[in-house]
Amino acid sequence: MAIWCRELMLDRWRHSEGCGAGEGADAQPLVLIAETAHGPRIEAANALARAHGAARGMMLADARTLCPQIAVHPSDPAGDLAFLERFAVWSLRWGPWSAMDAPDGVLVDVSAVAHLFGGEARLLADVAKCCAARGLTVSAGIAPTAGAAWALAHYAAPGTVIGPDEDVAERLAGLPVAALRLDADVLLVLRRLGLKQLGDLSGMSGDTRGRDSLHRRFRNRKSPAANPLVRMDQLTGRVPEPLLPVVPMTMPIVQRRLLEPIRHRELLDQVVSDLADDMARTLEGRGEGARRLQLGMWRVDGEVVWRQLELAAATREAAHITRLFAARLDDVDAGFGIEMLRLRASWAEPLALAQADIEAAAEGHGTSLAACMDRLTVRLGAKAVRRPVLKASHLPERAQGWQPPLEAEPAHQHQLAFHQRPAKLLDRAEPIAVLYASPDGEPRRFRWRGEVFEVARVEGPERIAPEWWRENGRTRLRDYYRIEDEAGRRYWIYRNGLATDGRGGMPEWYLQGLFA
Amino acid sequence: MDMAPHISPACGGLMRAGELASAGALAPRWQPGAAHALHAEVFAPATEGSGAGLALALARDGLRTAARAAGAGAGMGAEAEEKPVLWVQDKRARRLAGTPYRPGLPRWLAHRLIHVAADKPEDALFALEEGVRCRDLACVIGELAGNPKALDFTASRRLTLAAERHGVPLVMVRLDAEAELSSARMRWRARAAPSAPPLWNTAAPGRPAWHAELFRARGHIPGEWILRDEDDILAAERPATGTTDHGDLVPGADARSLATL
Repeated sequence: MAIWCRELMLDRWRHSEGCGAGEGADAQPLVLIAETAHGPRIEAANALARAHGAARGMMLADARTLCPQIAVHPSDPAGDLAFLERFAVWSLRWGPWSAMDAPDGVLVDVSAVAHLFGGEARLLADVAKCCAARGLTVSAGIAPTAGAAWALAHYAAPGTVIGPDEDVAERLAGLPVAALRLDADVLLVLRRLGLKQLGDLSGMSGDTRGRDSLHRRFRNRKSPAANPLVRMDQLTGRVPEPLLPVVPMTMPIVQRRLLEPIRHRELLDQVVSDLADDMARTLEGRGEGARRLQLGMWRVDGEVVWRQLELAAATREAAHITRLFAARLDDVDAGFGIEMLRLRASWAEPLALAQADIEAAAEGHGTSLAACMDRLTVRLGAKAVRRPVLKASHLPERAQGWQPPLEAEPAHQHQLAFHQRPAKLLDRAEPIAVLYASPDGEPRRFRWRGEVFEVARVEGPERIAPEWWRENGRTRLRDYYRIEDEAGRRYWIYRNGLATDGRGGMPEWYLQGLFA
Repeated sequence: MDMAPHISPACGGLMRAGELASAGALAPRWQPGAAHALHAEVFAPATEGSGAGLALALARDGLRTAARAAGAGAGMGAEAEEKPVLWVQDKRARRLAGTPYRPGLPRWLAHRLIHVAADKPEDALFALEEGVRCRDLACVIGELAGNPKALDFTASRRLTLAAERHGVPLVMVRLDAEAELSSARMRWRARAAPSAPPLWNTAAPGRPAWHAELFRARGHIPGEWILRDEDDILAAERPATGTTDHGDLVPGADARSLATL
């Protein structure tokens, strides 16, 4: 079954204005517009505006010349899409699954369902009645395939039904080719070819020669919306047409309404711990663990305070959740009191039920790794607790990236083992003053942080060129030296550039890493 | 020795000074592979990587010793091999001595390191305590610069007790710090030592070596060593210029308590 909301935008606008069709603000010519590169364009026009000559797709300036008193409001495509999603979920009342048919339709699978409503005709009547009660102008049709149902809803008389035994192509022969859900340019081609009705097409595609010539004409068009043959086959059921069903997901949510608004921390902690208990039970029933938790606190004066928590691994341990929230509640301003608390798990992952092992719990006193990471992250922030990973880069400071501690490590190329790298890298290479025998030779002595280091042993240079695909052309190459001074301190220093490379004056020296 | 009956129950495990001296003389000298304390401190200058290097080498040695003692072929060592290692640094330590760099880390550590970049020393101590309480960590390494107010005797006692209760080793690296009162079971003073020349290029720096001085330990007499990180083992040798070992003489006891020793 296909349901087409004929005036979805206008219906939603009327609903937001709180007026019926042809009443109140709708009693004058009105259009909904979208801003485009060429000026405002009309997205929808009400009956009066259409009577004055405004139509969908027309520029607003043209419509104003026809009807100067026309009222203009902006359209809301994102809101329409969100509404359509909710509408698809709502229409699950008529069938086991439904799919969105953007921008303004819904497809519902009603196979073997119609008898529950007393037959196809009464099912369509029920659809019309329910939608009218919600203020939606719809037309619906029932057919064996999604394409045929769509064609019925859009172009046939309301309430048309094609039974499973009837010949779809024959019943739909009188509809225009636009009923095939084709792109505008393909429709133009078909009109120029003189193929105006589905009957013309099915007559041609029925015999081999006509089908061949159509196939040749559209041989480069692979997408169904650009190829009338594919659409025709989908309509008659010769080619499958997969649809993406809308599956409603509910979020685990628990809440407490309080008899007396609370203003003190101990009471708040008590309520949060009760909520965590409830949430743990809810999650256990669903076989899930929470990854993200949001705690909303409704104050008496209407303000809502939200606190969010991200967990390193799925958990449903009430004590752990309570403890983590306790660290986040210090700066909550209760005002005149909090009268309702709501805890929801906006991100949950499957977590199998595990038997609580008394022996292991008594033996291993400590916390688990995930709990430890959660506590650290909550106090220090997500940026502070990280795991180093290798990145594909020759530049030392870019060869290391950071990722959250419990995530799996991405695949990387094996490290080359013939270069020694320092165990610690300074966040920013520090400039040093170097004495050398020749400008492009080895360092002899350098000064760093006010201390003089005599170089005793040196290995190098290891030349690392700049990444030309990332840097500009003035970036200089680096010559790295591993050095050890007379006391045995080992460093990684580099000379930024060569004296003769023509990219600036004499090269500077930097100390970048400390060897163990 | 029949001194044990003379210790009365009232004074607990306390000994008289003479007994202490004789017990100290009998205490074994520390050597690599010996049992490690669960809370150790390494004092090092901030301008060199020797502190972190020695801390990692000691942690590695301690882990291997513990695995050998506990596992003994039972396969428990392999499990401990893959537990993560927590490395906590405060802001000043990161600025002075840099952050861990994965391409240069030892192979046993690189793939299982979790780094905590704390801002204040208080946060770093919190992270250290949380890490020590976590049963899924192989060991915890802390790096703090200077002598922060938060790290007093109480704080270090907390860390020691937590580490010994949960059995997670903790090695603290103290950069540019005075050896103040602390309850760490082993306290080291480290500085870099000239490395042995490599086999092929004798002009190049070789494998890391450290001059390590154990100046306070429970169960060991103090001493000095040159420690080398040979690929799989920690090698120790006595320094060539070593005179007789007499522990740590107090350099100037003007402002410090004698209990800091």
